[in-house]
Amino acid sequence: MTSAPLLRVDDLAVSLRLADGRLLPILSDISFTIGRGETLGIVGESGSGKTILSLAVIGLLPESAAVSGSILFDGKPLTGLDDKSLCRIRGSRIGLIFQEPTAALNPAMTIADQIAEGIVLHRGTGWRDARRQAIELLDRMRIDQAVRRADDYPHELSGGQRQRVGIAIALALEPELLIADEPTTALDATVQQEVLGILTEFVREKGVALMLVSHNLGVVAHMASRMLVLYAGTRMEAGETADVLGDPHNPYTRGLLAALPGRTGRGRRMASIPGTVPSLAHLPPGCRFAGRCADEIPQCSQDEPAWRAFGAARGVRCLRALTTESV
Amino acid sequence: MSGAGPATRGTTGFRLRRHGPLATGLTLILLLAGVALVSLVWTPFPPSKMQIMQKLKPPFEVGLLGTDQYGRDVLSMLMAGAWNSLSIALFAVALGAGIGVVIGLAVAAWRGVLETVTMRGCDVIFAVPPILSAMMLGAFIGPGRWTAIFAIATFMVPVFTRITVGAARQIWTRDFILAARAAGKGPLLISWQHVLPNIVGPIIVQVTIQLGLAILTEAGLSFLGLGLPPPAPSWGRMLAESQTFLRAAPWLAVLPGLAVALSVLGFNLIGDGLRDRLDPRQRGRA
Repeated sequence: MTSAPLLRVDDLAVSLRLADGRLLPILSDISFTIGRGETLGIVGESGSGKTILSLAVIGLLPESAAVSGSILFDGKPLTGLDDKSLCRIRGSRIGLIFQEPTAALNPAMTIADQIAEGIVLHRGTGWRDARRQAIELLDRMRIDQAVRRADDYPHELSGGQRQRVGIAIALALEPELLIADEPTTALDATVQQEVLGILTEFVREKGVALMLVSHNLGVVAHMASRMLVLYAGTRMEAGETADVLGDPHNPYTRGLLAALPGRTGRGRRMASIPGTVPSLAHLPPGCRFAGRCADEIPQCSQDEPAWRAFGAARGVRCLRALTTESV
Repeated sequence: MSGAGPATRGTTGFRLRRHGPLATGLTLILLLAGVALVSLVWTPFPPSKMQIMQKLKPPFEVGLLGTDQYGRDVLSMLMAGAWNSLSIALFAVALGAGIGVVIGLAVAAWRGVLETVTMRGCDVIFAVPPILSAMMLGAFIGPGRWTAIFAIATFMVPVFTRITVGAARQIWTRDFILAARAAGKGPLLISWQHVLPNIVGPIIVQVTIQLGLAILTEAGLSFLGLGLPPPAPSWGRMLAESQTFLRAAPWLAVLPGLAVALSVLGFNLIGDGLRDRLDPRQRGRA
């Protein structure tokens, strides 16, 4: 094992070129690392740029996207790699689990074949052998009667089973890094638990690094050792999960925590953060959270606060953080 | 189910409305294919055997469907003509669909300049009527079976290219294609394994419709003398030759005309029926 992190993202910024030629900034000033076998939780509301971040890491941004900054995977830059080298890394060294298992499976192909084709493609195994491995994987994903279900098409499975097939596809080649983009959002609460359980089990067993993207703080608290909070396309707070959740420095993180059900007493309204995420086309000049923030002061809407690192691998973006009156 | 919606009304009538066209089309085409195949081994008379003494006899007097101006048996000619029409149409559509689908898949996968060039190329081919391109082709390589096949196929390629590009581009926007790319698959593999299997429906529908069109075009070409050279029997030329005797022997015009019309109708009914069953978006429309 090397001491360098498996994935190192530095100063990543992504913009989309609009039809009229203007650039719409989607992500800015994103930096984080994921070590081998480590789980990083990335939390953010809808529209915070979580999905674009996952796509940027695996190099699948739309062609209209302009990327700056660097993404180092195993010490080598992923940005600027040609398609051929990227194709070799995708699937075999970096796996991706999608939010919507129904949409992410080919409706015209049996599930065993969809798992097997990655093995055939990257390992050069024969189809027969690959299919046998696929059935083994299905079995370990706790799909009943895997041998019989292997020839089923995606529409014959339940949502939870489909997502387990999705996980099987992503894990078939035992990648070093797994990106899970809202892996359980489309599932029932009870099925979520089961799927997360299977995912955790595999990640631990194979020592896979996991980039878990979710809007669900509970899931991240449960699974991730470190976490990163995104808001409107930039990072607001990062650190060890226990530290961030136990002692949040950014009012946004505090708002998210307060909005968790169960934190308020019985019969009271659930707390929420007033307002909505600003449109990326009309970001406020100062702090992106200004206007919704409970601790706002006039300076907040002047300049965007810089990212400040402190303590053991923690960082925060807030003018009032780290000063005595804020906490 | 006790709801009295249109879907539950009179089961027999509903089934007929639902499956009638497809069944009718299939019957017509199976009949046509059967007759064409039988003509290879047996016809009532040899189709190009002339019996001048028996010329221009009306149906039932000599043979089942009468004779033409040289005393050839019309039924035998129609049967042999069915084989010629059908085989040329099949070859032409197979060629056109094969090339068109491959081009279409490539365009959908790579887009960019390839797309612009191909789509404008399609426009150019569309601008030239198939009969005209067949005449040019005929002038170069002389009339015959392959001239007809190539001429019709040339006209089919852009049709299938467009259909494929349209359907494939929709598939390319789907998440499972992103998933396939995330798994490290290149555009070739994705087109073959993930795009093609999901667009066979509209392609099959188009194949049947184009088969009807191909039979019509083939008849048109041989009507103009650009199809199979005589004495090989062909529906189009039978129509052309019948003009002289329209008063004396109207069956000479009606029978091959009916054969062409029923074949085209058969293929179109199959195409419509298949579209209804394969394309859920068209379902329920009048």
